[in-house]
Amino acid sequence: MIRVENLVKRYGNIVASNNLNCHFEKGKVTVILGGSGSGKSTLLRQLTGLEQADSGAVYFDGVNLTGLSKKKLYVLRKKMGMLFQGSALFNYLNIFENIAFPLREHTKIADNIIKTIVTMKLEMVGLRGTENLMPSQLSGGMMKRVGLARAIVMDPKIIFYDEPTSGLDPISTGVIDKLIRDLNKTLNITTVVVSHDIESCFRIADNIIILFYGDIIASGTAQEIRNSKDPRVKQFINGDPEGPIPFTRTSKNYLDEILID
Amino acid sequence: MEIAASLGRYTLNCIQVFGRSGIFLCVSIFQAFVLPFRFFRLVKEIEFIGSKSFLIVFVTALFTGMVLGIQGYYSLSQFGAEAALGTMVALSIIRELGPVLCALMVTGRAGSAIAAEIGIMKITDQFPALEMMAIDPLKYVISPKILAGIISLPLLTAFFDLVGIAGGYLVGVKLLGVNEGAYIGRIVSAVTFTDIYGGILKSFCFGGLIAWISTFMGFSAEPTTEGVSRATTNTVVVTSLSILIVDYILTSLLL
Repeated sequence: MIRVENLVKRYGNIVASNNLNCHFEKGKVTVILGGSGSGKSTLLRQLTGLEQADSGAVYFDGVNLTGLSKKKLYVLRKKMGMLFQGSALFNYLNIFENIAFPLREHTKIADNIIKTIVTMKLEMVGLRGTENLMPSQLSGGMMKRVGLARAIVMDPKIIFYDEPTSGLDPISTGVIDKLIRDLNKTLNITTVVVSHDIESCFRIADNIIILFYGDIIASGTAQEIRNSKDPRVKQFINGDPEGPIPFTRTSKNYLDEILID
Repeated sequence: MEIAASLGRYTLNCIQVFGRSGIFLCVSIFQAFVLPFRFFRLVKEIEFIGSKSFLIVFVTALFTGMVLGIQGYYSLSQFGAEAALGTMVALSIIRELGPVLCALMVTGRAGSAIAAEIGIMKITDQFPALEMMAIDPLKYVISPKILAGIISLPLLTAFFDLVGIAGGYLVGVKLLGVNEGAYIGRIVSAVTFTDIYGGILKSFCFGGLIAWISTFMGFSAEPTTEGVSRATTNTVVVTSLSILIVDYILTSLLL
């Protein structure tokens, strides 16, 4: 579905994507794992064309997204759905209008059919009855579910999730994980999830890619990653503070820095 | 060396901001005329910038006119020329005070709100969300606001002029006893089309300026709460100053 080739992205001196090569299989759930600042969100933004790579290519269904005109990109975007970290609901529209928004913008569907579609999507995320509420009246977990309903309202071929479970309580996390899995199974939607939640990752993932400061340090099926012998992967999965992945980032010698004369 | 470097950096920064905001304005105006035309978005924004400013413009205009009435009467009566009060009030309001004060009031009321609204949309990822739904955020959010600013301000200014002159009439004629016929007659004979045209032209420019600066400030705000608050403050400061500077330039060109 998506193939990434030699992708490079830099912000000043920081390398966010260091010559990445990876593949996102059709109909599978692929989780991009990584700590804060590992470049996973940057990779996601490049997969969706929200950000342009410095060099390399992202092939979406065989079409290279890098350097594509806005018009052609927008045609492809209609096949994509995305759930943002903060849900990104429009705060001036109620729940119904938020979900109906893409339909109203891109189709000429009659109002009563829009109502049916929105009701069906709300039922899928278990929030039927909230149509007339405003986003500010919902909890974080419910906002995520409304965001998800909006992301699938155009029946996309692929959904991107940016940290779908961060900041949620365990039950909401479980609900979102189940929804991701169900949508993938029942609608056969290719799914890309960016996360740092190991537990939730193993619950939903078919394939896992682990990023570390702009490099892919491991990729494979969930089982392969779980059984990996690589000490860096082990450390990440177990969340060990000590290991080959350093806790400190500074390159200066600590003693040199505190022992001035 | 340090000073030269920071001066250079500052200058480069300024030029960059000018360039970026210029491109931002051009693209937004261009997008406003690309189909589909978003009529309802435009009406909504005119309601926000225009209709909702009526009360504040009314009060400002009324009291400005009344103050002009008192001050004008005081100065003119020194020469025994009270009869010219109508001319003085009408010309100063139509040529100068109407467009400028109206623009300053709208900046304070609507400009800061626009910057805050757009800044918050940015913090909460609503612009990339629009992008992901294949909708151009500039066309959907910014263009209607800029058009609405350009359309609303001349109308508000015309309203301001009317109320201001009525305020001068209230004080001058009803309170201080200037002859009613003289007040109105002098206005009709002294105000030319050029005066009105100049005032309206100014308000067109101010309307565009308010919408441009406030949307750009919101759009380029740092995505933090502090960034948004800075954007709203900067909007009011920069817009108010620009209005006064552009007013001078336009006045000198028109005279």
